[in-house]
Amino acid sequence: MDVLAEGQGEIFTNPDPDEARAFFRTKSRRLENKQTTLKDAIAKYVNNGDYLAIGGFGANRTPVAACHEIVRQGKKKLGFAGHTATHDMQVLSVGEVYDRVDVAYVVGLEARGLSKCTRKYIESGRVKLTEWTNYLLSVRLQAAAANVPFYPVRVSMGTDTFKYSAGKVVACPFTGKKVKLVPALYPDVSVIHVHEADVYGNARFSGIGIADLELASASKRLIITTEKLISNKEIRSAPDLTKIPYYLVDAVCQVPFGAYPGNMAGEYFSDEEHLQEWLDAEKDPEAFREFVNKNIYDCSTHEEYINRNGGLEKMGALRAKELLLDREV
Amino acid sequence: MSDYNPMELMIAAASRELEDGASVAVGTGAPCAAAMLAQKIYAPSLLILFEAGGVDPKLPEMPISVGDSRSFYEACMAGTMADIMSTCARGFVDYTFLGGAQIDMYGNLNSTIIGDDHKKPKVRLPGSGGANDFGSLCWRMMVMTNQDRRRFVEKVDYVTTPGWLEGGDSRQNSGLPLDSGPYKIITDMGVMDFEPESKRMRVISVNPGFSFDDMQENCGFELLRSNKIVETAPPTEQELEVLRNEVDPYRYVIGRG
Repeated sequence: MDVLAEGQGEIFTNPDPDEARAFFRTKSRRLENKQTTLKDAIAKYVNNGDYLAIGGFGANRTPVAACHEIVRQGKKKLGFAGHTATHDMQVLSVGEVYDRVDVAYVVGLEARGLSKCTRKYIESGRVKLTEWTNYLLSVRLQAAAANVPFYPVRVSMGTDTFKYSAGKVVACPFTGKKVKLVPALYPDVSVIHVHEADVYGNARFSGIGIADLELASASKRLIITTEKLISNKEIRSAPDLTKIPYYLVDAVCQVPFGAYPGNMAGEYFSDEEHLQEWLDAEKDPEAFREFVNKNIYDCSTHEEYINRNGGLEKMGALRAKELLLDREV
Repeated sequence: MSDYNPMELMIAAASRELEDGASVAVGTGAPCAAAMLAQKIYAPSLLILFEAGGVDPKLPEMPISVGDSRSFYEACMAGTMADIMSTCARGFVDYTFLGGAQIDMYGNLNSTIIGDDHKKPKVRLPGSGGANDFGSLCWRMMVMTNQDRRRFVEKVDYVTTPGWLEGGDSRQNSGLPLDSGPYKIITDMGVMDFEPESKRMRVISVNPGFSFDDMQENCGFELLRSNKIVETAPPTEQELEVLRNEVDPYRYVIGRG
């Protein structure tokens, strides 16, 4: 196939399917207890220089507690999959933990506004950026999950989003149509937050899947944070509910309210006041330093962070909001 | 006729573009309000899709995020992003609404950078998100935005999302799905479509109180004029009542008008 056009962006991860297979060959297939603390999981499985991906969608079923821990442990020079990143990236930017990003959506928090701190770091020129779209990052993970070196799509041709990507346009050998090929993306390490998991890593979540199923399969190492632990017997009583099988998983950490201040479907709504506080605090560097000390650096656990922001009473109110309890008659 | 603000007019005008039985991929804010309004008045079986996986939700209120739990509340399916985007790719999705910091005469949109250096931009914006995907794959792309010369520019600093690219046949030759592309641009001053040959933006209606000249003055490129420019119908009593009482009771969106 002749390459008709190619993006000038850098590929941050190796799309070679045999390199990936050789890695997955070494991964344990044993049903073994992987429960650990979040602190230990991040220390053991997130290494400086790794390429990191975060599950969920910005501030929805996002492993916020894990993002805090990554910042607290001072991880550096990470690659980052900026697919639908919002509050997760806002947190990671506090520690400037990443220095290269596959961009689909960054710096914004959707309708809430833009993260000044993230923007400043990205505009500094110290972060390498390759441009994609939400769907393109999702299919790059699908390609990895299927162990094919690329995935063909028909989006973004003719745009600067293509020009600054690392995709290539070729003529399809079957139809002659132009297609854009995007390389498989195998993150070194990912964190996904779920509703329920057993200690082996079998995981369930409810609601939308976003790109988490392909992300779980594509990741070389995978940390699961879960609202609650359930028994393996319960998993086996309804195996159709398992979204992520245990052998993909390296660590299981029980972190109640682990997506706070984001939304966890069926459990708690996002804490919009606190998310606004984040955005407001970023406007003044001095105030922001105090804010992140209070909320990240001076907290030893996610529980402490929650207690500093309203504790169980706040969580009860967010649960009522999630379940629309004010509409009950 | 009751008073209304420009945002209410844009949302009402947009809602009338969505016919019953059609499908629309929306984000949060004004596009979501337009889709909800359409569903309540003109298009009860309008299929609404959200990019993170929500299919046909019974929206209890406007979502804050396109992936929050409202976006799949009592939905027919809580799927994945690949489900939604591949559905767009197969030609199942008729409409989408997008926006950006800049738009040019071919409907190309910029939501990535202001400035000419990608490595060190003057301002970094969020980027494509799902916009380029929707703009590439949905049949008809629409934009709702205020009209001014900063936004409507001769050349966008960066083409995040494809419009008609360089006009003429350029989109067709690019490899993007055939016959998809920008359809209507709805602003606080009027409504534009795209002239079929050149694919340049063309005024087809002006909102009450505005003229073609107002639109041209607030646009950084030369606008084409349709043979017959009509007046955009203002929001009806019913549209305003449903919009204010059912769709956006807290005025999250219409309060910005």
